Amino acid sequence: MHPSPPGHNAIEEIKEKLKTVKHKILVLSGKGGVGKSTFSAHLAHGLAEDENTQVALLDIDICGPSIPKMMGLEGEQVHQSGSGWSPVFLEDNLGVMSVGFLLSSPDDAVIWRGPKKNGMIKQFLRDVDWGEVDYLIVDTPPGTSDEHLSAVQYLSAAHVDGAVIITTPQEVSLQDVRKEISFCHKVKLPIIGVVENMSVFVCPKCKKESQIFPPTTGGAEVLCQDLKIPLLGKVPLDPHIGKSCDKGQSFLIDAPDSPAALAYRGIIQKIQEFCGLHQPKEEHLISS
Amino acid sequence: MEAAAAGSQQPLGSSTTCGPRVSELTEAGNLAGVQHIILVLSGKGGVGKSTISTELALALRHAGKKCGRPASLQVGILDVDLCGPSIPRMLRAQGRAVHQCDGGWVPVYVDQEQSICLMSVGFLLENPDEAVVWRGPKKNALIKQFVSDVAWGQLDYLVVDTPPGTSDEHMATVDALRPYGPLGALVVTTPQAVSVGDVRRELTFCRKTGLRVLGVVENMSGFICPHCAALCPWTQSSLRA
Repeated sequence: MHPSPPGHNAIEEIKEKLKTVKHKILVLSGKGGVGKSTFSAHLAHGLAEDENTQVALLDIDICGPSIPKMMGLEGEQVHQSGSGWSPVFLEDNLGVMSVGFLLSSPDDAVIWRGPKKNGMIKQFLRDVDWGEVDYLIVDTPPGTSDEHLSAVQYLSAAHVDGAVIITTPQEVSLQDVRKEISFCHKVKLPIIGVVENMSVFVCPKCKKESQIFPPTTGGAEVLCQDLKIPLLGKVPLDPHIGKSCDKGQSFLIDAPDSPAALAYRGIIQKIQEFCGLHQPKEEHLISS
Repeated sequence: MEAAAAGSQQPLGSSTTCGPRVSELTEAGNLAGVQHIILVLSGKGGVGKSTISTELALALRHAGKKCGRPASLQVGILDVDLCGPSIPRMLRAQGRAVHQCDGGWVPVYVDQEQSICLMSVGFLLENPDEAVVWRGPKKNALIKQFVSDVAWGQLDYLVVDTPPGTSDEHMATVDALRPYGPLGALVVTTPQAVSVGDVRRELTFCRKTGLRVLGVVENMSGFICPHCAALCPWTQSSLRA
């Protein structure tokens, strides 16, 4: 692994390697625990429901890789071939890569400083043999630091469609999300839109709504109006989502008619529409 | 922000006349008057580290009065979450200025009694929406400054709030605090398996760095509906596994 900042060679190599990937979406949030990985996993599940759409999910949260658990792939190992590392395939059209697959025990901690994390991210982008992919979804850790800078820099020649930013309604989250939006502007990363997660809670007993994370400053709606960014949707806080994730299953399959699943589907459709409007320069028609 | 981080260093150990009861030992450093240090950690984001750090600090302050002492305990909070500093907002201290004295930066007192003081990168940002987009080495340097160049004075407890993960901030904080013998670490989780998984890794970090774990707190164990008072668990708790 090379601990130095991204070199020109790596950026060009990654551009070449990712030529077979039509759309690249980063899932970001300044704040931890708002549901980035949950959203990334279900965006992947949702897109891959069309068996003609090839989906790849890359988890660059090096210290806290949640994707293997959420996709029901804990314990899987990564194999190497002549053309690079093979992603772990959940379905024929859904491949996943995470540092979680490289750890021998669930208790193994990845106690790495920035340069080593950057090296891992470079390898994930340059050395994984994704094949022909319609959507590459990149799940990130919270913050605006090494992982985010590296991902953006390594992908700088490879055309990223944009970022989906996840938040919860309370101001403590929104203040971190404003920073993330500022980061996106600084590095010229287009913003597809914002998703407000854990919007309202519906009690399974009395069916009444409560706001567990009250939007004291207007929630994502006001933030998006102020910053003129699309609000892709609001997802209610449904305990079934967490249960599905714990079991490594798709919540969209487990509870397809729930308000949360319908909200997810609406958001996924908007993301597909955004990607459809912003075609990469090398033209391919989107199959989905 | 850059100037504040890089150019404001004051020599340690010079005669100190500011703040409450700063130690005058030239070799002791700015943490010499701190009795106990508690790190609040979690591998996982969003489990309530900052909330618990804040509540812990407030509770410790009141503990002094409950034990029949004439005054509250003196508690400091060090917020080393440089990308997402939440503590200033939680204590209604946003926008406060950080002043300098001979001993270094004066931590911000958040109450009239001056029993709780706080240092956070949040105070050093000109614009609260400004992102701190730093790589590891720069983060490490500021954390070192927060530990050695803040005139913490005499504290019964210093609560250290950390960002999620096991990376630069955590290593820098443990390295900087090690000479002062930290009391230990409080590890926070929520019931979901993904949180518990990250917490296992955090416990490995504690073991590898020689941090004593005081215990684990399971936050957001369930939700009590305000309408019908039913207790709704989020998921089967994975904590005992």
